Amino acid sequence: MENKDQIKYKAEKPDLGTVIEIRDLRKRFGDNHVLNGFNLTLKKGSNLVIMGKSGSGKSVMIKCIVGLVAPDSGTVKILGKEINNLDREAMDELRLDIGFLFQGSALYDSMTVRENLEFPMRRHKKKLGINKNTEPLVLEALENVGLAHAIDLMPSELSGGMKRRVALARSLILKPKVILYDEPTSGLDPITSKEIIELMHRIQKIYGTASLIITHDVDCARVISDRIILLVDGINYAEGTYAELSKSTDPKVAAFFKK
Amino acid sequence: MILVNKDPLTFLYLYGYRIGNEYFVTMWSRLKKFFIETGDLSFFAARYFKEALKPPFEFRELLRQCYQMGNRSLFLVGITGFIIGLVLTLQSRPTLIQFGAVSWMPNMVGISIVREVGPVITALICAGRIASGIGAELGSMRVTEQIDAMEVSGTNPFKYLVVTRILATTLMLPILVVFGDLLALYGSALVENIKGGVSFQLYFNTVFNALNFSDLVPATIKSFFFGFIIGLVGCYKGYYCKKGTAGVGVAANTAVVMASLLLFLVDFIAVFIADIFYEL
Repeated sequence: MENKDQIKYKAEKPDLGTVIEIRDLRKRFGDNHVLNGFNLTLKKGSNLVIMGKSGSGKSVMIKCIVGLVAPDSGTVKILGKEINNLDREAMDELRLDIGFLFQGSALYDSMTVRENLEFPMRRHKKKLGINKNTEPLVLEALENVGLAHAIDLMPSELSGGMKRRVALARSLILKPKVILYDEPTSGLDPITSKEIIELMHRIQKIYGTASLIITHDVDCARVISDRIILLVDGINYAEGTYAELSKSTDPKVAAFFKK
Repeated sequence: MILVNKDPLTFLYLYGYRIGNEYFVTMWSRLKKFFIETGDLSFFAARYFKEALKPPFEFRELLRQCYQMGNRSLFLVGITGFIIGLVLTLQSRPTLIQFGAVSWMPNMVGISIVREVGPVITALICAGRIASGIGAELGSMRVTEQIDAMEVSGTNPFKYLVVTRILATTLMLPILVVFGDLLALYGSALVENIKGGVSFQLYFNTVFNALNFSDLVPATIKSFFFGFIIGLVGCYKGYYCKKGTAGVGVAANTAVVMASLLLFLVDFIAVFIADIFYEL
């Protein structure tokens, strides 16, 4: 359903192949209509930022993508596969191509950093062609986030920024084609936030992944986004590049981007 | 409903109606909640059996959980069993002396500990220690999105977290019960040795002569069910923990309460069934 208020700008990126495609996504919890026909297309190798106020449905949307929340209606296609039609095994296989950075890092607190990174590989060694020794892969992922020295530490011994970096390394360990970031800089100080944003940038260059980033950090959006979708009342309220949206005179868009 | 300016009979009628109505609504909502909870728990148990029989199996995690739940509960179960044995003997002794039946002490204590006291006390201790521990652990994993992280990484969290824990409690509880029983009997023998001059060898010979196969089998089967209940309730409460730190506390607390209640219910059913076999 097209909303009159929706503001659209021309996409500048050439079509490189679609990684995620969402059409008319709807989800409600009781009387609370969270998503009311959300649409999204994420192209290979590009960075798409979803912005919106707290409670606007950003996290629900990202959880619909990985199958943690079942949508009421609409379609979610990842790498050409519609997830509603997949059984558990097929979904688990598809999840190998998706990295997910949780808002609170979600490191397994009873495991060391090494075990946290090894955990996603344990069931998929054959499929991934990994031999018994996973150490080189773990070290490579940790070196990419600058935390090779923390390999044997427990999550409780890490700072907030370190936890976020370890979580990023964990989501990269299977070399996914797309990474979903749920508020990657929330709860971090400005300096650490900047480090995480730079790291995300660097990671994208190394791995060439497509990224879907949920944030309300305008600086993060400015640095990392190729395109931004502003989510208001469960729909794509505005869509465009940072330069386009930051110049918008629409009150809802301007309220979000004004310094 | 306005209750003022009515004659006393009308007032009593209306007031009674209102109280009755409120009571009925409250009872109905509680009953509904009870049935929903029972249904959810049954589905959870059914899912456990379905997932437990399907590969891949998490043997390493199962062993880790067996160690966590078995080995780490040994001291608590042992000390409690020992004290129960001491107390049971000390309390029963004066009455048995009064009836001139003190020589029956090993038989009485042995049968009561093996058949009932040992399994129930051990299960209640484990409900307090293990069910609350599982409830809190899985609850905090749910709240901090660790369970979601497992799901996203392509691992079945139900299989990894729930199946292993329920299986571990089911396997470990009978062992803990045997250990607790032995220490309870040792405590009882100690009292008899000190107070009545009965040798340990004579005491244990009398106990084992008094015990039949039919005493051990129902108690052991019962212990497996107790272990299953403790694991099931702990996992159910933790896995479906509500958001927030308060939710973790509630999960741990209600896991103990629900597990303890179900233990008594299962115990009653087990005793009832065993009684039918004794009469045959």
